[in-house]
Amino acid sequence: MLNSLAAISVAYVALLFAVAFFAERAARRGRGNWLRAPIVYTLSLSIYCTAWTFYGAVGSAARNGFEYMTIYLGPSLVLIGWWWVLRKLVRIGRAQRITSVADLISSRYGKSNLLGVGVTLLAVIGTTPYIALQLQSVTLSVEVFGHPGLPGTQGPTSTAFWVAAGLSVFTVIFGTRNLDANERHHGVVMAIALEAIVKLAALLAVGAFVVWGMSGGISGTLERIDASELGHWNVQGGRWVGLMLLSAAAFLCLPRMFQVLVVENDNDTQLRMAAWAFPLYLMLMSLFIVPIAVVGLDVLPEGSNPDLFVLTVPLSQGQDGLAMLSFLGGFSSATSMVIVAAIALSTMVSNHIVMPIWLRFTTGTASVSGDVRHVVLLSRRISIAGVLLLGYLYYAMSGGGTALATIGLVSFTGVAQVLPAMLGGIFWRGATRLGALAGIGTGFVIWLYTLYLPSFGPGVVLPDSFFAEGPFGIASLNPNALFGLDGLDPLLHAVLWSLTLNTVAFFAASLFSFPSPLERLQGAQFVNVTQAPGSARGWTQGVAQAEDLMVMSQRIIGASEAVALFQQAAREQGLDGHLPEPTPAFLQRLERELAGSVGAATAHAMIGQIVGGAAVSVQDLMAVADETAQMMEYSARLEAQSAELSRTAAQLRAANDKLTRLSVQKDAFLSQISHELRTPMTSIRAFSEILRDAQGLSDEEQSKYASIIQDEAIRLTRLLDDLLDLSVLENGQVSLNVGQGLLRDVLDRALAAASANEGERGLEVVRDPVAENIRLHTDTERLSQVFINLVTNARKYCDATAPRLTIRVEPHEDRVIVDFIDNGSGVATESQDMIFEKFARVSDQKAGGAGLGLAICRQIVVRLGGEISYLPGQGGGAFRVILPREFALAAQ
Amino acid sequence: MSPASDSDQRIPLFVERQTYRRRRIVDAARALPLLGLLLWWVPLLWALPTQPVSASTALIYVFAVWFGLVAGAGALIVALGRTRAQDKP
Repeated sequence: MLNSLAAISVAYVALLFAVAFFAERAARRGRGNWLRAPIVYTLSLSIYCTAWTFYGAVGSAARNGFEYMTIYLGPSLVLIGWWWVLRKLVRIGRAQRITSVADLISSRYGKSNLLGVGVTLLAVIGTTPYIALQLQSVTLSVEVFGHPGLPGTQGPTSTAFWVAAGLSVFTVIFGTRNLDANERHHGVVMAIALEAIVKLAALLAVGAFVVWGMSGGISGTLERIDASELGHWNVQGGRWVGLMLLSAAAFLCLPRMFQVLVVENDNDTQLRMAAWAFPLYLMLMSLFIVPIAVVGLDVLPEGSNPDLFVLTVPLSQGQDGLAMLSFLGGFSSATSMVIVAAIALSTMVSNHIVMPIWLRFTTGTASVSGDVRHVVLLSRRISIAGVLLLGYLYYAMSGGGTALATIGLVSFTGVAQVLPAMLGGIFWRGATRLGALAGIGTGFVIWLYTLYLPSFGPGVVLPDSFFAEGPFGIASLNPNALFGLDGLDPLLHAVLWSLTLNTVAFFAASLFSFPSPLERLQGAQFVNVTQAPGSARGWTQGVAQAEDLMVMSQRIIGASEAVALFQQAAREQGLDGHLPEPTPAFLQRLERELAGSVGAATAHAMIGQIVGGAAVSVQDLMAVADETAQMMEYSARLEAQSAELSRTAAQLRAANDKLTRLSVQKDAFLSQISHELRTPMTSIRAFSEILRDAQGLSDEEQSKYASIIQDEAIRLTRLLDDLLDLSVLENGQVSLNVGQGLLRDVLDRALAAASANEGERGLEVVRDPVAENIRLHTDTERLSQVFINLVTNARKYCDATAPRLTIRVEPHEDRVIVDFIDNGSGVATESQDMIFEKFARVSDQKAGGAGLGLAICRQIVVRLGGEISYLPGQGGGAFRVILPREFALAAQ
Repeated sequence: MSPASDSDQRIPLFVERQTYRRRRIVDAARALPLLGLLLWWVPLLWALPTQPVSASTALIYVFAVWFGLVAGAGALIVALGRTRAQDKP
């Protein structure tokens, strides 16, 4: 039995890996529309139902009657009331690129990292026991199967260890696959959606078996319930209300719930479906809990663990298949919770603890090149392993006793301490950083003292005397009867005191403190997210250098993504090329993009390092204070217009400069071309006159003069050919010879041809033969002409002592990017926009041609349906050629 | 320009029938969770020392409310989607 159990578990895990893998692949290929389907989102919310609810709900029903329902009723109300909180939360999450609940709090209160660290610690402390609880449930359920057959072959802790290890591998593979700008994990979400179906099906199957298979239908079941010891409504009123509100609060604040609810959210449609479908899911999950509990109490011997009725009831009836399904359901509940919790916690730990420390130790180096993504990814991977290790250690040390079973609500109360700061932050502009710190701090301390530390049992952490007569004999500080409030259920007591004092401290400290400008700015953006998206701005223009920003962004979001982002921004500003103007709007947008990868506080600090000092301008502050909004708005609009005008003027000036330079070049070219044409002409005329007039020339002299005439004629022809080639290309009359070819062959040919001319100057060429193995459908002759030109240019102009040319190939779905990067000094910024023009020559000293090479290159590449451009910020001269894989005739 | 006349300009007193309907649907969506809370707090009254309520009655009551809330939320979202579709011809 245990063997087949292991085999089925392994097969199930393999299926999950496969689902995650294919979903991830589909998303990467841009075919992932179905991954964002509202139903997938709804199902992914089901990680709320952990093993604690899957197994524990029945146990709770058997012990305490109907109280278990509160855990489901609270979240149902939150979703049914989506118009109140969730809609706003989700919109803020998308607009501000929020990556975690700690990021939300830190971002709202002036991107304060202290708050981020605080919430992260709270989350880690609150979630670790919860992970331990999941490991315990898997271990217990395995033991149920293992007991009859093979005792003692696998200790319980070793099962827990292997489950933890397997989960960390899965999470590392699919949770940190890439540093997505949106921080979405399609593979993980898809696997979780599948697990949601499995656990619902398992619970419904067991329930249906119990109702129709063992109790004779619905009416029979209801009679049986009434006749059992759960026959009457026996819920304590305080707990009924308190737990309902507590679970609603925890639903919003739990790091894992925030991850699937807000971070993975893509659009409002998803939320609109979840608003009715998820309460339905919860209803179905809790529908058969009481019947299973009643039948379990009835059928199974006295003293058997009610937490495992979902497994033991089918087993006792000989329904091994059903028990197996139920085991998979419990396994799914445990694993999906652990995976998402580990992702959420690792994001927080890396963004709020590791990155700030790393940034501090490397101060002032934000613009130095080198990829920082591996630092972030590595820190996330280590955090995931660390979180799971903590969970395992907690499990191993607590000995897996019954003490763990109560930890679910303890953990709920802990994370719910974030609620006042969260709700206050999105609804009340007066909430300040100091208020949030005071509130969360107060709540955290009271929770630790009255609930978390006592949960280990009296005498373990807190001495017995604390509970008997209070610490040091002060009765009013008794952890179970704070300020003399005696006789209350310990959980309710802790919830009441921690949340009340938390809210009071938050409100009072907010009233008496004064927010910083950045806080007020963020407050206005969060509270007004549904009305005025992103009107206030956080950066002043001028100091930032677009190229420095680009170098930094490449390290965080990746080279090609950064280039694409900058290029798009430049295009939206109406500029040609890769570098946009560093306007406040652009800085704001860039910061959001970076925040999606490393969190708001870190992104703000990194941009701050480059832009320097003043982050909030006087104008922004005036926009925040809306008492005089009307006037300010008007003058701000005027200012924006004048900024717009001066930007346009700058662009016009640049265009004018370019035209002037072009005209000067054209004049220079004309004088040069007439010189070039005239020199051979002169010698042709001179020698042909000699041939005509001179008498008595020897045969050698005649043939010598004739060959001089011919050489000069060939030189003339070549020059005219080049000009003709260009004009034909420009007029679009060229006929292309399209065929199949390997990119590698084209590059080989180009390098051979380019090195044939000049052998004495050694140019080291770095290539990647594997990446170059791409089949292209294009005119390979013309293409190699382009490559020859680029390689020859590098050979001619690269001024490094050991010249090196790197050819980087980047295949994409429908196009190929080929970069030629040398290690010379590159093209000066002011000449970058000129080099593709006809007759352009950057420097005179080594000029060999007439300045037509790059112009011809551009014409050819455009004919082939691609584009060629100069790529700044690569530490040398760099050209980027983008080609379509399939040459389409329509491109002509 | 005084603030009062300014806000008058921004929020018109009379709106299209369509917009009016839509706002009332949103109101209903806002009220629904409060109704749910109220109905689910009814069991607090059962604890009063009278005839104890049987478990089957309690179960049926809680799940009926649950189902009603799900249906209500779904219907409101469908209605909201319909007014939105009519907004953009």
